[in-house]
Formats: sequence, structure tokens, C-alpha cells
Amino acid sequence: MEKSNSLYFDLFKSTFFLSAFTFGGGYVIVPLMEKRFVNELKWITEDEMLDLIALGQSAPGPIAVNTSILVGYRMAGIPGALVTVLGTILPPLGIMTVLAYVYSAVSTNPIINNMLLGMQAGVAAIIVNVVYKMASRIIKQRKVIPVIVMIIALIAGIVFQVNILWLLLFAGIVGAVTTYLTLRKGSEKGDSK
Amino acid sequence: MIYLELFLSFLQIGLFSFGGGYAALPLIQQQTIEVNGWITNQQFIDILTLSEMTPGPIAINAATFTGNTIAGIFGGIIATIGVTLPSVIIVLTLAYFYFKYQNISMVQGVIQGLRPAVVALIASAGLTIFMTAMFGHSEFPIHLSQLRIVSVVLFIVGLFLIRMYKLSPIKIIILSGIAGIIIYPFL
Repeated sequence: MEKSNSLYFDLFKSTFFLSAFTFGGGYVIVPLMEKRFVNELKWITEDEMLDLIALGQSAPGPIAVNTSILVGYRMAGIPGALVTVLGTILPPLGIMTVLAYVYSAVSTNPIINNMLLGMQAGVAAIIVNVVYKMASRIIKQRKVIPVIVMIIALIAGIVFQVNILWLLLFAGIVGAVTTYLTLRKGSEKGDSK
Repeated sequence: MIYLELFLSFLQIGLFSFGGGYAALPLIQQQTIEVNGWITNQQFIDILTLSEMTPGPIAINAATFTGNTIAGIFGGIIATIGVTLPSVIIVLTLAYFYFKYQNISMVQGVIQGLRPAVVALIASAGLTIFMTAMFGHSEFPIHLSQLRIVSVVLFIVGLFLIRMYKLSPIKIIILSGIAGIIIYPFL
């Protein structure tokens, strides 16, 4: 019992500090998690960690949260998962609660207002860059179907304001069908050997 | 009952944001601005700005902030639980099957298929963000007289610094905030 309590504590401490001091979301925090659990604590092997990361990206929600849940589950089952998810969400919960109050108190201040106006332009640049990078990654795959899905979703979303869930459903079905066909083709090849 | 509405809205955001981080943006926008009218476009961008500057996933940050803005501390906690709950349930279910069968290629295939649509949705949300930053709103018709010239310049400089010098988002936001404080009073 003593030992498992210290395991829970270590899990909580690791995820709490990673979440509290890592700026930049999932793609920054996940490599740090890998470093912590694979290299420093040696709780999980490199291969297994890669599997957990792939799993975390296959589920909806923030990747950092998903990966921490998986590490907790792997180490200590469902109680472990609850401990790590708490460790991951408590820091942003606390920080943003404080910020929300500060924001509502100062957002009408002229200086703060000018600062926020400037920052909006900066955020617009960040988002445009994110979209550019994500879209070019899809175009560079040189596959026809993803590009067509992207164009259809873009037109349907912006021009026709089609509900997000319909677009996701449509893309998910396309993904399921193409995966099914590729998997079947792969297994046929395997059989003929 | 505002707490229940908050919970259900953020539950949907958590449930359907595939692909991490920015994938939650269009859903947050839909739920908090379009469907429920809880926050304005300006507030949404401010939340995004603060999320970029603070540690933690954007979806969690936005949930805590929006919940707090419309229903106090308890609202923030409820919204955060709502956005996290689908992750916990779905990830654990996936993990269970994964450890049992060691094969989730079908799930990964569907996720791959979702990615192009997710990019398009982020682009659509990004357009609203861009319009609001440049014009102060995102509804058509837009008048050229509403264009904030300083914002356009900051946007172009920001994009240049990101692409050419790989400046991190935090630095871009801090620099553009300082520039805003210095330049806007003279207009």
C-alpha cells in the first residue's frame, strides 16, 4: 500500500509539473512526457511510449491529456489514469481561473485594450501559419482523396456553413472506407505469398 | 440551468475535437459564440491569446475561461470536467482494446481520414479570427474603412517573423502586444 501511494504521488507530481511549466500544447508536452517516463523514471519502454502516443492521438480531446491518461492507466490502472488526468488539468484550471478574473477587471483599461488589439493581430498570424503548415502537410502526401475532402470541407464550412459534425462524419466515413480497402488489399497480398 | 448547458456544450467540444489543440477551435467557436452566444468574437480571440501565453491545452484553457466568464469558478470547473470527460472514457476504452488486440489500425485510418476536414475547419475558424483581428468583427458586409491598418502591419510582420525566424507563438504575442501599446495611442 505504501508503495502504491508513492506511485500515485509520483504520477501526479510528474504530470502536474509537466502541465504547469510547458508552454505550447500537446506537441511540446508529449516529447517531454516521453523524456520523463522513458528516460528519467524508466517506467515505460521507448516502443511502448510510442504506442501510447499513437493511441492518444487517435482519440478526441487534447493530446497532452490523452497521453497522460494512458501513462497513468499503464502504470496503475484506472485509479492511475484519474490521478494523471487530475495532475494535467489542475494547473491550467487554476491559472485560467485567475486570468479570467484579471481579464474581466482590466479588459476595459485603454492600455490593456491596445495590448490585446496588437496581440489579436499576432494570434491571427499564428493561426494562419498553423493552417498553412497543416494544409501543406496534407497536400505534400500527394494523395487525391485527402485533398478533395479538404476542399469540400472548406467550401461546405465557409460558404454553406454546414455543421461541423456533418463534416467530421463525412470525412470519417471516407477515412473508414479507404482504410478498409487498403487493409483488405494488404491482407490479400499477404495471403497470396 | 447554466451549469448543465455549459457541461453539455464542453462535453461536445471534448468529444469531437480530433487531432489535438487547434482542432478544438472551430467547436469552441460554434458552441460558445454561434449556438449559445456566451462570448463575443473579440473575447474568443482574447481567450485564444491567453491560452497561447499560458501553459496547458487550449481546449482546457478555453473551457476554464469561458466557464468562469459566464458562471463563476464553479462554471469553470464544470466546463473543464465536461471537456475532459470524453477523453478519459474514450482513451481508456481504446487502451483496453489496444492492450487486448494490439491493433487499432482501423481507428487510426479513420483519424487519418478526419485530418483534412479538421484542417478545413480550423481554416474556417481561422478566417473568423483573422477578420475580427483586422476589422473588429467577422460579419459581411465588411467596409474597407473599418480596416485597422496597424493590425494589418502587425499581422504581416508577425507572419514574416514566424516563417523566416521561426519565432515561437509566445514571443509573437508578446511583441505584438508591446507594439499595440506603443502604436495604437497615436491613432
